[in-house]
Amino acid sequence: MSTRMIVDKAVKYILFISAILSIIIVLAIAFFIFQESVQAWKEIGVGEMLFKRVWRPGQDQYGILAMIYGSVAVTFGAIILGVPLALGTAIFLGEIAPTGVRAVLRPAVQLLAGIPSVVYGLFGMVVLVPMVRQINVPGNSGYGLLAASIVLAVMILPTITSIAEDAIRAVPDSYRSGSLALGATRWQTITKVVLPAGRSGIIAGIILGVGRALGETMAMIMVIGNSVIFPSPLTKNPLTFFLSQARTLTGNIAVEISYATGVHESALFATGVVLFVLIIVVNASARWLISRQSDVQTTRQG
Amino acid sequence: MNNIKIETINYNLYYGKFHALRDINIKIPEKKVTALIGPSGCGKSSFLRTFNRMNDLIPGASMTGDVLIDDQDLFKIDPVSLRQNVGMVFQKPNPFPKTIFDNIAYGPRVNGLKDHKKLEEIVENSLRSAALWDEVKDDLNKSGLALSGGQQQRLCIARALAVQPSVILMDEPAASLDPIATLKIEDLIHELSQNYTIVIVTHNMQQAGRVSDYTAFFYTDETRTGRLVEFDETKTIFTNPSDQRTEDYITGRFG
Repeated sequence: MSTRMIVDKAVKYILFISAILSIIIVLAIAFFIFQESVQAWKEIGVGEMLFKRVWRPGQDQYGILAMIYGSVAVTFGAIILGVPLALGTAIFLGEIAPTGVRAVLRPAVQLLAGIPSVVYGLFGMVVLVPMVRQINVPGNSGYGLLAASIVLAVMILPTITSIAEDAIRAVPDSYRSGSLALGATRWQTITKVVLPAGRSGIIAGIILGVGRALGETMAMIMVIGNSVIFPSPLTKNPLTFFLSQARTLTGNIAVEISYATGVHESALFATGVVLFVLIIVVNASARWLISRQSDVQTTRQG
Repeated sequence: MNNIKIETINYNLYYGKFHALRDINIKIPEKKVTALIGPSGCGKSSFLRTFNRMNDLIPGASMTGDVLIDDQDLFKIDPVSLRQNVGMVFQKPNPFPKTIFDNIAYGPRVNGLKDHKKLEEIVENSLRSAALWDEVKDDLNKSGLALSGGQQQRLCIARALAVQPSVILMDEPAASLDPIATLKIEDLIHELSQNYTIVIVTHNMQQAGRVSDYTAFFYTDETRTGRLVEFDETKTIFTNPSDQRTEDYITGRFG
C-alpha cells in the first residue's frame, strides 16, 4: 500500500471517529443527567416534583413547578418583546435595506450573538434593574421578570432575525413580481405574500429563539431575583406580575448545585432533565417546520 | 390601423451605463395581439416591462423619451394604479402559495374589495375568461401550486384579469409548457383579444404567426443595444418583410 493511500485511509478514520465521538459525548451527557436524577424521581416521585409549587430542600420539599413557570413566563415575556423587533429587523434586512445598509446592519445584529451572557447580565443589573425599580409598586425590587424579559429579548434577537431573514430571502422573487404586477404596493406584497410564504421558516426562527431563551442561565441569575416563589402580581393590577421575582430551571441548578448533596443534588439533575426534554421538544419542532418550508419551495413548479 | 392603445416616441432604456433599447417608436393598437419577436438579449422583454413599469424595480434602470398609454404620459401615472390597468403574465407560472380562490381574489383584495359575494363573482368570471373554470370549480380551496403547469399559467392569467386591466402583457407565457397546454394558452390569447390589448413576447415564430395581429421585430447589433427593426401586420412581416434582417430571422437563418 502506498503512503498516499495510508494517509487517505487514516484521515477517513480520524474524521469518522471525531463524528462518532461527538455523538457519544451528547449521549453520555444525557445518560449521566438521567442517571443522576433517578434517585430524585424515585424518592420524591414524578408527580410531586413536576406539580408541587414548593421548593424547600431543607424540609425535603422538591416541587419545581415554580421554576417551570418562571422559565416559561420569562421566555414568554422575551418573545412578546423580542419577536416584533426581530421580525421588523428581518423584514428590513430581507426586503427593504439596500445592499450597503444590509452589509453593515446584518453583522451588527450577528454581533449581539457573540456578546457573553454574563455581560448581558451585567448590563441588566447595572442599567435595567435600577430603571425597573423606579416603577412605584410595593414590593418591586427591580429584579424580576420584566428586567429578565428585556435582557432575554435582546439575547434572542440575532437568532430569530437571521433565521427569519433567511426564510424571507428564500421566498422566490416570482411571488414578489407577481404581486407587484397586480397593483399591490410593496408593503402589501410583504405582508400578504412574502411573510405567509416564509411562514414556517419564520416560526421556526421564533421557536429556536424560545429554545435559546429556555436555556439561558447566567444573565437570568443576575437579573431575575432568584426567589423560589411562584411568580404572581404584586398588587391587584395583573401587569405587576412582570415585576415579580422568579427563578428559572437553569438558575435553580446553577445557584444550588455547589452545596447540594443527596436527594437535593439528584433533584437538581431532575431539573436538568426537565429542561433537557423541553429544549429537545422545542428544537425538534423547529427542525420539523424548517423541513416543511423546504417542501413548499420544491413542490412549487407543477 | 385601429385605435392606438400604447405609443412610444424615441424611447430609450438604460441599465446603468448599458444602453438596452435605442429610439423605439411604436404604436400598439387597441384590442389586438401584438407580438414582440427577436433574438435573445434584443431587449424585447425589457421593452414589455416598460408598459407596467416593472423596470422601475431594477436598480440603475433609467429611461428617456415618451411612452403614452391612452394618450397619457405613462411615467406620470402612479405605478400601483398603472399596474392595475396593465396586467402581466410571466414566463414561468407564478401562482402564490395560496388557494385558487385566494390567488384570484388577491388583486381585488389589495385594491380594497372585501365583499365576499363580489369576490366570488370576480373569481368565477375570471376563471371562466381564462378557460379554467370547468377544471377547477370544485377545487377553489385547493392550493394553486397543486395545478399542472398549463393550469397554473391559466390561473395566472385569470388572476391578472381579476383586476380588470385593459392591457395584458405576456412574457413568453408558454415557454415552460408542453405543446397541448401551449395550444390552450394560444386559443385563450385569441379569445381575450376581443376585450383586451395584448402584448406578447415570444421566441416561437410559429406562435407569433398563429396568435398575433401585429408583429414587432427587435434586433441587436454588436453594441448589444436593442432596436426596433420593423413593425407591421403579422402577415406582412411573415410573408413580405421590408427589412432583410427580418426575413433572415423569420426564415431561421439566425437567432
